[in-house]
This record gives sequence, structure tokens and C-alpha cells, in this order.
Amino acid sequence: MSIPADIKRDFPVLQQQVHDKPLIYLDSGNTSQKPQAVIDAMNEYYETTNANVHRGSYDLAVRATEALEGARAKVARFINAPATNEVVFTKNATEAFNLIARSWGAANLGPGDAVVISEMEHHANIVPWHMLSAEKGFELRWIPVTPDGHLDLRDLDTLLEGAKLVSVTAMSNVLGTLNDIPRLAEAAHGAGALLAVDGSQYVPHVPTDVQAMGADFLIFTGHKMLGPMGIGVLWACADLLEAMPPFLGGGEMILNVTKEGFTTTEIPWKFEAGTPMVAEAVGLGAAIDYLNNLGMDNVRAHEIELTDYALRTLNERYGDKIVIHGPQVASERGGVLSFVYGEPDMRVHPHDIAQVLDQAGVCVRAGHHCAKPLLQTMNVPATSRASVYVYNDESDIDALAEALEASSDIFAF
Amino acid sequence: MPGLDDLYREVILDHYRSPRNQGELETPPAVRTEGFNPLCGDEVIVFVDVDDNNVITDIAIGGQGCSISQASASMMSAAIKGASIGEARQFISAFKGLMSIHEGELGGDGSEAEMGIDADVADVGDIRLGDLEALKGVVKFPVRIKCATLSWNTLAQALDEAASDT
Ligand SMILES: Cc1ncc(COP(=O)(O)O)c(C=O)c1O
Repeated sequence: MSIPADIKRDFPVLQQQVHDKPLIYLDSGNTSQKPQAVIDAMNEYYETTNANVHRGSYDLAVRATEALEGARAKVARFINAPATNEVVFTKNATEAFNLIARSWGAANLGPGDAVVISEMEHHANIVPWHMLSAEKGFELRWIPVTPDGHLDLRDLDTLLEGAKLVSVTAMSNVLGTLNDIPRLAEAAHGAGALLAVDGSQYVPHVPTDVQAMGADFLIFTGHKMLGPMGIGVLWACADLLEAMPPFLGGGEMILNVTKEGFTTTEIPWKFEAGTPMVAEAVGLGAAIDYLNNLGMDNVRAHEIELTDYALRTLNERYGDKIVIHGPQVASERGGVLSFVYGEPDMRVHPHDIAQVLDQAGVCVRAGHHCAKPLLQTMNVPATSRASVYVYNDESDIDALAEALEASSDIFAF
Repeated sequence: MPGLDDLYREVILDHYRSPRNQGELETPPAVRTEGFNPLCGDEVIVFVDVDDNNVITDIAIGGQGCSISQASASMMSAAIKGASIGEARQFISAFKGLMSIHEGELGGDGSEAEMGIDADVADVGDIRLGDLEALKGVVKFPVRIKCATLSWNTLAQALDEAASDT
């Protein structure tokens, strides 16, 4: 079985025209569109089940709590987590990184320690460490990226000396590079460090087994995997979560509060202060059902096929007028295609490309993709990025290839 | 509906292809100021030389950006070279007036009346914006307004610094 040919019908947003042209959505690396099933699940929750959770003794509140906890169990199964209580809901991936930094990081990092990240990280996995390092005085070290877009692990042993945490993306949101997480896990653990994995681009696209990865933390975000905005996930093994101090304080996360102080409740709720995003959790659960129904193996196979088609189509049509960054073999990468386009001595600026493509109904992202250190290494101020997901097909790539031609007409020199 | 022709006028493409006053000036005496567009990572560097009479004797533009930000910077440099700081500030406010849109009128038919662009707005006081009026179409593409104003905001900062230096 593969991805159904008529899958676009499941996505209401894709049924529209912009500038009198069918909408061609190629920005799923930024956020994904939502199938009707996700929208319906969230509506149904509000229509039939809404109440505050973990508080009411009446039937409605019990059902709302079951909806939240049922979604947590789906997430745990989706990544093959050993236990459901190891799944912490956050607002997004960014909040999950801030949670790790403020909770685990603040308790464990100080002068003489090091956190090792890579040059291909999203700002979500950079800025929290900059912020904490300014307070705690640990060193932030960078795994370099090679010109062909891979992590340069030659000096890894030196980088790991004195490291307490390695925090690296499983798939680059700019280059599409898939990193060798099991290898990094082994190296980090060998050096006595923990490994945090940014799965924001990986989990939506590749069958994920957190135990096989060997990670200590896994972070991802619901809106990039057909779910709603406003929910993210932090997974960590129970022992680690137990040992970590709370992140935000307030309701839901306490066992007892007195005038003298407070005690925290058990995990994962210890990290979920305040009323949680129940409808969003339900939506994420529905997104996981939808992905499971497609089969994550099929999702990944479809991505490889389409990425391969895009690499071939664009390179054959445009030759040296296009440079697609990152690994050139589809099976070694994800479906985010950053590129520069134009005459080799006078590339069209990505912002202009995105504008011209928009006029043809084609949505791509232009800019630094929240990865400025990587763009500095690549020595480009910005790229255009087309990214595919389950609902894209070859016709979308053809539309992209065709629409690029118009920018040559305007900016021809 | 606004089309690409409204945005990419010939004058704009001309300034983009052959930017005026590109390069660097020696600091000091010149003042150097950087501006960033966090949305797209564009960067502009403005150098200005101001003499004792508060006249901008030279200006140079560095950095990287899209056609709109580059063309706007190029036109700006041509417009204010030789002007006094006071005149340059008037230029800045006239240009920012040209770029301002009336809230709530977005999403209309994109016609100039609809967008709240007043035909006279380009002539604020004694300032004639000339070629710069070609950038008027940018207002119909609101995300690009920041591209067009980047170099102007950076110039404003540079002038503040130059003025406080003297
Ligand atoms: C690799 C990566 N990490 C983290 C994030 C941050 O996700 P969010 O904005 O949902 O927190 C993104 C997406 O923007 C991403 O691509």
C-alpha cells in the first residue's frame, strides 16, 4: 500500500485558489496542513467533551481527562516510548528546549561544563543554551558542518571532553540532512553526556523508535505532523524526568502547597503547570491516527520518491542555474529542499523568488529558516526552501519548476 | 489584484542591477550603521560622511538583500547625497509616509484608493521623491514594506550618530 492518489481531498485548505491559481503548498517544513479528521476531532472535543482536566469529579471532566491522557498514550506508542508518563506536553518544540535548559540545565550545568550542539541547529536549540550559558558560565561548543551538508564528526572526541549534554537535530530543517543519531548517542554516553534529539523535522516523516535512537531527550512539535499549533512534546525516560526540578510553577504541577512552600506532583504532570491544551492534544492524537493509517513506512517512502523526483526535475531543467543544498541522494535526506536559483554570477534573491512563486500559487519559504549560524557557515544570507509532505505529489514539483521560470524572466540580466 | 508589475517596476530593477554608491567609507570620519531584517536575514550597512555644516558629503551602502531592499537603498543614497541632515530626515519621513498603509484597508481590491495611498503623499513639504515613487507599489505587498524601509531606518540611526558626534 502507498499514499492514496486522492489524499489532497482530506485537506480542506488545499482546495482553494490563490491569485486565481490552485494553491500549491510546499512549506510543510514550516508547518503542515491539517486533514479534516484532525479538525473534526478538535471540534468534536469542544462540542461533546470540554471540561477542565484532572479536577472535576463529574462524568464530563472524567471524559476530558481521558481525552488528554489518551492522546498522551498515542504519542508514547508512536515513538515507542517505554512508558506513557514519559511524554510531557509543551506548547511547541521551542518550549520543550527551554524546559530542558531551565530544568535539567540549570540544575546540572556550571563553569567547566560544556553543552555540544551543531552548526545545523534551529534557533530553538541554540538560544536557550546561549541564555543559560550567560547565567551559568558553561561552554557552548559546535559540531561543524561539512560543505556537502553533513555533520563533521572527526573531532567529536575532543568536542565531547567535559560535555554534559549533546543536543542535535535528527533532520536539518534547511539541508534535509539525516544525522546518525545512534552513533551520536554512543559517543555522548561514552563521554558521560546525555543526548537530546530535535525530532521536529524527523518524527513527522520517519518511523521513530526512541529506544533504538538511544536518545535521552526527544523533542518534537505537533503542527509539523498534521496536528494543530500549540502542542509540542518532550520525551525523556522516567528516571531522568523524576530527577529534574519543575519548569513552570502553578496549578496542576503540585502535590501540596502551604505558606512555606510546595511539593510537586508526579511526572509528567510535574512539568505541565496550568490548564493544558486538551483540544490540541486530541488533535495531535487524531493526526497520529491519520499518519498510522497511512503507515509511517509509506510516509517515508513517499517522501524519498518525491524528493528524488524534485532533485531530478529541478537539476535537469535548470542545470547550473540551480543549486540544491544538502545531500544529493534522496534516501539520505528529508524532503526539505533549500536552493539558490538564477545565473551563477547573479542569483535571484530568495525573497524575490518566493514573491514570484506566490503569484503562481506556489508557497515556499524564503529566509534564514531560524538557522542563522548554519547560513553563516554556508556563506549565504538566505535560501528559498520548498518542503514536501504526504499530500504533495509530482504535480506540485512540476508547478514549482514551471513557476521558477517566471523569476528568470523578471530578473534576467 | 496587485500583480508583479506593480512591485518590480523598471526603475527598481535598474537600481537593483546597477546599485548606486555601493561600497564602504573609511570610519572614522564616516559613521557606519548596520540594519537587519529578521524576517529574511537581509542586512544593510550604511556609511555616511557628514561635514561640519551637517551636510552629507558622501554615502555608501553595503550588505545583501532582495531586489526591493537593494533598490530602495540605492535610490536613497542617490537622493540624499549632498543633502543636509535636516533635509535627509525630511526625506526619511516622506518615504516612510509613502510606505505607510492604513490599517484595516488591507485585503481590499488593492487599488491605490483602496490602499489609502494618497497621490500627494509623495510630496511631503518640499521633498520630491522622484524615482523613489516607483516603490509605491510595495505597499500592496505588505510583507515587503520592511524590505523597502530597512535602509531608511538604518540611515536614520546613522544620522543620529553623526549628529551626536558633532
Ligand atoms: C528542526 C526544528 N527545530 C525546532 C523547531 C521549532 O518548532 P516550534 O516553532 O514549533 O517550536 C523547528 C520549526 O520551526 C524546526 O524545524
